[in-house]
Amino acid sequence: MEYMQNPATSTHGNILCCTCGVPVQPNPANMCVSCLRSQVDISEGIPKQVSVHFCKQCERYLQPPATWVQCALESRELLALCLKKLKGSMSKVRLIDAGFLWTEPHSKRIKMKLTVQKEVMNGAILQQVFVVEFVIQSQMCNDCHRVEAKDYWKAVIQVRQKTVHKKTFYYLEQLILKHKLHQNTLRIKEIHEGIDFYYGTKQHAQKMVDFLQCTVPCRSKASQRLISHDVHSNSYNYKSTFSVEIVPVCKDNVVCLSPRLAQSLGNMGQVCVCIRVTSTIHLIDPNTLQIAEVDGNTFWRNPFSSLCSPRQLEEFIVMDIDIIRDQKLGAGAGFRSNKHTLAEVWVQKTSEMNTGQQYHCRTFLGHLLNIGDLVFGFDFANANINDEFLNKMNPHHVPDVVLIKKSYNRTKRVKRRNWKLQEMDRDREGMDSTDERQYQDFLEDLEEDEALRKNVNIFRDASKIAVESDTDDEGAPRISLMEMLEDLSLNDATGGSGADMMTD
Amino acid sequence: MAVRASFEKNNEIGCFAKLTNTYCLVAIGGSENFYSPRLHIMGRMVKRNRHGLLVPNNTTDQELQHIRNCLPDAVRIQRVEERLSALGNVIACNDYVALVHPDLDRETEEILADNLKVEVFRQTIAEQVLVGSYCTFSNQGGLVHPKTSIEDQDELSSLLQVPLVAGTVNRGSEVIAAGMVVNDWCAFCGLDTTSTELSVIESVFRLSETQPSAIATTMRDSLIDSRLAHH
Repeated sequence: MEYMQNPATSTHGNILCCTCGVPVQPNPANMCVSCLRSQVDISEGIPKQVSVHFCKQCERYLQPPATWVQCALESRELLALCLKKLKGSMSKVRLIDAGFLWTEPHSKRIKMKLTVQKEVMNGAILQQVFVVEFVIQSQMCNDCHRVEAKDYWKAVIQVRQKTVHKKTFYYLEQLILKHKLHQNTLRIKEIHEGIDFYYGTKQHAQKMVDFLQCTVPCRSKASQRLISHDVHSNSYNYKSTFSVEIVPVCKDNVVCLSPRLAQSLGNMGQVCVCIRVTSTIHLIDPNTLQIAEVDGNTFWRNPFSSLCSPRQLEEFIVMDIDIIRDQKLGAGAGFRSNKHTLAEVWVQKTSEMNTGQQYHCRTFLGHLLNIGDLVFGFDFANANINDEFLNKMNPHHVPDVVLIKKSYNRTKRVKRRNWKLQEMDRDREGMDSTDERQYQDFLEDLEEDEALRKNVNIFRDASKIAVESDTDDEGAPRISLMEMLEDLSLNDATGGSGADMMTD
Repeated sequence: MAVRASFEKNNEIGCFAKLTNTYCLVAIGGSENFYSPRLHIMGRMVKRNRHGLLVPNNTTDQELQHIRNCLPDAVRIQRVEERLSALGNVIACNDYVALVHPDLDRETEEILADNLKVEVFRQTIAEQVLVGSYCTFSNQGGLVHPKTSIEDQDELSSLLQVPLVAGTVNRGSEVIAAGMVVNDWCAFCGLDTTSTELSVIESVFRLSETQPSAIATTMRDSLIDSRLAHH
């Protein structure tokens, strides 16, 4: 059966609004809009005044339950935060639009204009615009509260190394940056002979200590101080302190091992040069080219100390060099380095060029040295050393001179250096600026030692123009471009450098 | 005159009562519902005019007998076997014309024409098939669903030969037949009906014109008819 089709253009007659009698088009409620409005308020149940908590110190808003977010006035984030406040009461209506009305920034009021829709009275959809006022109440956030109460850290790691040179710390800094372990720190404070790391939770500190123990030879000790304790809940509030002591030996230090340790490391010579400090101390015997690694535990069982500081090194000039091809090692000897070449050299101090006094020594730098090269070394013959093991050594076995590293023209190297490292934000209270020289030393070490460089992120320095001066045949080691990373410095505030990166 | 009323606090009095010029059927109240529970929503179930009354086939014999006993003898009561058993929802009629659901049985249509002495038209109102729910008309006028288009109103009006108007009862309810009962001189609407709605109803059903003098003139036939029927 077919129904008669209505004409396509059917016109609805007006009906009288059932309450006021005004002619209106028929609608689901059969009432005029004003009558409907007067009868139902769809914004009913939505609070018209809501309070928002704001921390004056850090200028952040509280997002319940416990997050604090930073958002500008009239920003999208603030709108989301405010709407979240109304979310519970808005469940019965449909949100169409929301926006801010301008309010004086200091008025502590935010006004938001909302447009909502709701189905009322057998299917009529009513739309209403209303204003909700948010009152900003100040409440100090937990973080600020702890800072104000001088109670913002729960754990501190005191990393110490009793040396004059901070090479190990620079290396450590790079490792921390590479592994992004500095992110949880509340504060990093550089002090004499070490760094302090402050943490909000003990777990973060423990993680850092574990990291330190894996990356540098060190020993650690944990202690805690009772701050408060609640007898009812049996909870204790501690502040933890981790003391991490890094071995007092740096790269390029000359050390004198104890006879027992030297023997256990494969009958090494007692006088060794530390060529690298990673998770272990890498030692080389300049007389035999024998190498050994000493880890933290071994070191603390048989401690040895550095005989000289880098400042005590003297500059020598190579007068004669004789490579030793096949050197026989005794029974039970350890490994020999195949990266170094053993050589016998005659050297003269650059400060004593007028005397003709020459020193004879063996060195592991045979692959680098040529006649006439400058080299840094330590002069045992004229030094006054007070070392337990050295004093007991047979004086005939103590070398006159130990050569440590080849010397290059420093200013030229600085100029040619087209890379840089990241730096950690840290407080340098009362630190002098003589660190610059030590930092340069560290950079040179990175250039000279590939194994050290492996653990470090090296960034290309775009501000330095790559001076291709191949004519300069001094042969100072350089870092190839392959090993460098693009420096990613996103600057969000202006979008300037970030945008540049994108267009590249 | 139009009066507001409610049936057991319910505004849908059209569901519970039927009014014609000669008689009125009212569903029995809750307190008596042991007596004949089926008849509780009687208004939705039966269709009537002055001449007769149709009841659905699930009416029991007892109920049928009861209705027969109560009504004037002139009123013919007929049970119909109709699939759409809520007859009140699918049939709208006055004493001369009936509008029915387009799917109503041919047989029912004939019974309707015979018993109620009406002309039967298959129609929809505002695209609703339940013509019995969405319109109400007496011999004087009619009220239809508010969404009925002007063209439809004109067509229906020419079929029914009475003026029609689109309107509402019970404060905007469009189920008109459920909200009110009407005969030629009186209308009862649900308690929620507003004065605007009442005035629309009064004007279209010509209730305001009913003066006391009308008893002697226009109402005379019906009244005497019913008196005679009683005796």
